[in-house]
Amino acid sequence: MSEELPAWSLSAEAAERIALPEEWPGEITREWAWGGATGAGARVCVLDSGIEAGHPLVGDVQKSVAISIEGDDVIVEEYDTEGDLCGHGTACAGVIRSLAPDCELVSVRVLGAGYTGSGAVLLEGLHWAIEQGYDVINMSLSTTKQKFASLLHELADTAYFRRTMLVASAHNMPVESYPWRFSSVISVGSHEQEDPFAYYYNPAPPVEFFARGVDVEVAWNGGGRLVCTGNSFATPHIAGIAALVLSKHPELTPFQLKSVLYLTATNVGGGR
Amino acid sequence: MSDELRAAVAAGVLGSEDQYRALLQSIVDVARAIFRAKASSILLLDEETDELVFEAAADEASGDLIGKRFPSSTGIAGFVLVSRQPLVIEDVLSDPRFSRETAQSTGFVPKGLMAVPLLHEERVLGVLEVLDRPADTRFTLAEMELLGLFANQAAIALDLLQRARRAHEALRGDGELGVISRLAEKLEARREEGSESALRLLAELERLL
Repeated sequence: MSEELPAWSLSAEAAERIALPEEWPGEITREWAWGGATGAGARVCVLDSGIEAGHPLVGDVQKSVAISIEGDDVIVEEYDTEGDLCGHGTACAGVIRSLAPDCELVSVRVLGAGYTGSGAVLLEGLHWAIEQGYDVINMSLSTTKQKFASLLHELADTAYFRRTMLVASAHNMPVESYPWRFSSVISVGSHEQEDPFAYYYNPAPPVEFFARGVDVEVAWNGGGRLVCTGNSFATPHIAGIAALVLSKHPELTPFQLKSVLYLTATNVGGGR
Repeated sequence: MSDELRAAVAAGVLGSEDQYRALLQSIVDVARAIFRAKASSILLLDEETDELVFEAAADEASGDLIGKRFPSSTGIAGFVLVSRQPLVIEDVLSDPRFSRETAQSTGFVPKGLMAVPLLHEERVLGVLEVLDRPADTRFTLAEMELLGLFANQAAIALDLLQRARRAHEALRGDGELGVISRLAEKLEARREEGSESALRLLAELERLL
């Protein structure tokens, strides 16, 4: 649809063509944002260690892909059967499903082949996921390698312009890492409350939102459950809420989605 | 001066890596104490073999843990290493794939663990783990911050250790760096009794070069 829109400038007669598909309400409430939504129709990608399909807290996984690099070749295994090599991806998937039970879940596994080359695999995995046009990509991973920073920045912007919302874990250590620091993604840190729908806008970025990330009961390998703490568990809370909003309002761009999340944050207009 | 040369000269004067080991040991000892945990350990990434190596441990059954190696993507430490994200997990036993072999081979199977990456500039040096903190207290973000600060200190210590190791490698054999560090060592040893003539000779040599 974007091809029909004026891309670089707006002529007088074209203004009507970019009218919003739905009237923007005077007040954005949580009821407007995701009331009655189940996540149905939203496609969420978990870029992580894999997902254990069939876990009671996860359910079906619509697609499992594994990314690896051999020499100069990027290998995309479209029918990955390894499941989750750590448990972390399953944990994130479980959180997303707890908030958006009917969303489509896709696992893109970028871990498992050791540490060496993991940065390049992460980059390729993200590249692949953006090309698929998923609505939300949950990313509890980052790299500290400067040489990947500009490529990741380009990818994050590409995602933003293609209507893919990248939700990335912020770092709670005094270290520069990417892609969470880029403004085209949503970066997430933790708060200590137990309400999975409590989330806060941070007026002092780079961390933009705080979500539940302390003592979270999550799914883990082998049908198990663990109680975990970390920003990487706060991230799927925002990814899940984003999936809810997008399932009800699929026309929203990442900019609009971020605005909706801001307006419905607990410390802004939340609770209404 | 190249980093390697500078390190070789410094190591010739400063001696062995024992001091760095002592520093690492003190970090795990203190980490264990402040979190009232049963154990703590530091794992260092060996980039050549893509393995994690236990460098220091403070626990009830540390035994011969030091030097043990595991594939870098093993278990939770592997995830922390690759993702650069700290994780705190309670009741690890309910995770059947939590490298039980790894844990059992170390003679210690934890019920919970905190794992944090050791980041120095853009490198990931390894992982700091704190095992079995008391189960009766709820984890807080303040503890997470403390863990991060601690990891930062450990990463600086590890970076020093790696420099010392590179220096020792450079010192091995009769290479040119070996000569320089041996000279530095001898000068240091003669400091008490006066080494003016040797220093003068070196100054002349420097002018000549």
